[in-house]
Amino acid sequence: MSTDTAVRDDPVSARPAGFWRDLLSVAIRALRQIPREPEAIIPALVIPLFFFVVNVGALGDVATFTGVDDFKAFQIPVAIIFAVTGVSRASALVTDITGGYFDRLLVTPMHRTSLLLGLMVADLALVVALSVPVLVLGFALGVQFATGAAGVLVFLLLAGLWGLAFTGFPYAIALRTGNPAAVNSSFLLFFPFAFLTTTFLPLDALTGWLATIAQFNPVTYLLAALRSLIMEGWDATALWQGLAAIAVVGVLSFVLAFRALQGRTART
Amino acid sequence: MSETAIVTRAIERRFGDNVAVAGVDLTVHEGEMYGFLGPNGAGKSTLTRLLCTLLAPTGGTATVAGHDVVHEPTAVRLRIGVALQEAALDDKQTGVEMLRLQGRFYGLTARETTRRVAELRELIDIGDALDDRVGTYSGGMKRRLDLALALIHNPRILFLDEPTTGLDPISRATVWAEVRRLNRELGVTVFLTTQYLEEADALADRVGIINRGELVAEGTPGELKRSIGTDVLVVEVGDQVENARTTLRTLDAGTGIGGVETDGTSLMVSVDDGARAVSPVALALDRAGITVQQLALRHPTLDDVFFRVTGHRIQDDEGEAP
Repeated sequence: MSTDTAVRDDPVSARPAGFWRDLLSVAIRALRQIPREPEAIIPALVIPLFFFVVNVGALGDVATFTGVDDFKAFQIPVAIIFAVTGVSRASALVTDITGGYFDRLLVTPMHRTSLLLGLMVADLALVVALSVPVLVLGFALGVQFATGAAGVLVFLLLAGLWGLAFTGFPYAIALRTGNPAAVNSSFLLFFPFAFLTTTFLPLDALTGWLATIAQFNPVTYLLAALRSLIMEGWDATALWQGLAAIAVVGVLSFVLAFRALQGRTART
Repeated sequence: MSETAIVTRAIERRFGDNVAVAGVDLTVHEGEMYGFLGPNGAGKSTLTRLLCTLLAPTGGTATVAGHDVVHEPTAVRLRIGVALQEAALDDKQTGVEMLRLQGRFYGLTARETTRRVAELRELIDIGDALDDRVGTYSGGMKRRLDLALALIHNPRILFLDEPTTGLDPISRATVWAEVRRLNRELGVTVFLTTQYLEEADALADRVGIINRGELVAEGTPGELKRSIGTDVLVVEVGDQVENARTTLRTLDAGTGIGGVETDGTSLMVSVDDGARAVSPVALALDRAGITVQQLALRHPTLDDVFFRVTGHRIQDDEGEAP
């Protein structure tokens, strides 16, 4: 009890909270915001399911000619990519910048990098959560993982890391421009990544310029890794290439994003 | 109490060719309430951002709470509370959530934050609204929450950038009362910027007047106003203003007439003893054949001081002064 009184009598004074606590604080706030603006995530829930149903319905029979026996299993990774690519807190970040809340954070002693990393932690949690309904739909339609439960976890991890790797682009735009319209148009980046690849057919079945571009699109290798977990079993090469593809995109987008953060928080 | 809270020496901030703050020397003592008065675009916000470590100066130095703003920004940040123009809040959170989050950024423990939230509930008249989402707040409530957020970590120095701009008169009075209480009862040093003369007059122990990035006058509101004279005689003379001005300039010093300045179609005559100066002024103008349309005697305001040092009125471009 005596310590209790002592604490009560001491005037409260500020001290740096430390990097990890700052990171957690930013992430907690971001995660708290998500259910309060459901309009921001509903498209990310609906679009992948829509495309999944349409693609399977339209192309399921055609695909058998290209050697894909189970087109539902083939399309689940595509739906996951659609669900997680481009999901970020970048719009909320722009609102903070234009509304002045970002400045309020900058006058606290918090670590500057946690401003962005905290949001990314929240994004990682969100994209993994967004992958779940797609997987549930797949299971309901009879899709089975050749790699079992461990494969499902690796699958979610790869999807989460890909989603995270991609967030750097919208964040870079948000921090550079502070402009909501610019951030909204960053979803355009999603199209070449998501469509100029093996979205509909396996790589062998692609021809001409699309085949060439698909060979350089990191999503091609990511899809191959995800598909291998469902359709083939543990394939070290596919997984390794998938991770490498995520890493290449992640390094590029994070460099852009953290440079933009540096620019935004510089006192120039 | 004689410690200095804020010291700047020739502090300067340029944006390209534009000089927003042009070499300001400022000393604010601990426990003091310092009002920084100037029109829009005079450099008030830029100076505030320099002192709050949001901007780096392009010249000169500044020390806040004993720490250099350029080299020890974290030490400065730990000791200051800041409420910038436009209450910077998050509509999606409740007041309590915002306060608790703010506490975390200042390294407070959960228990300390709980205590501070309870204290601030008392100090800032915001009541049960703290548990509602900020999006539902009125403008006045937002400002009060803004103030509470700036105070969560018990700062020694509080920066308020135009704390009542855009508020209705009642909310403005509430904010004034709260700022005064913080200063008087808790000894918090307050640096506030304002474009409202009444605000500087009502709150500040000392006022600095800024115009085009330069500090053009400084003193207690009383001192500044006395520098104009005890009274001001405002004489409305229509288009004969230049003529009238020449006439009054030739008046005998014995009438106690100080400066004569033109303000549109009026003359502003600074006088030591208003009652004694009315007759000689009216008489002199009448003899010169100038028709006096209106003649008023009033005490000088900070706006008169501003007018004297800059040649224009603070409130020229402002519509919502109380």
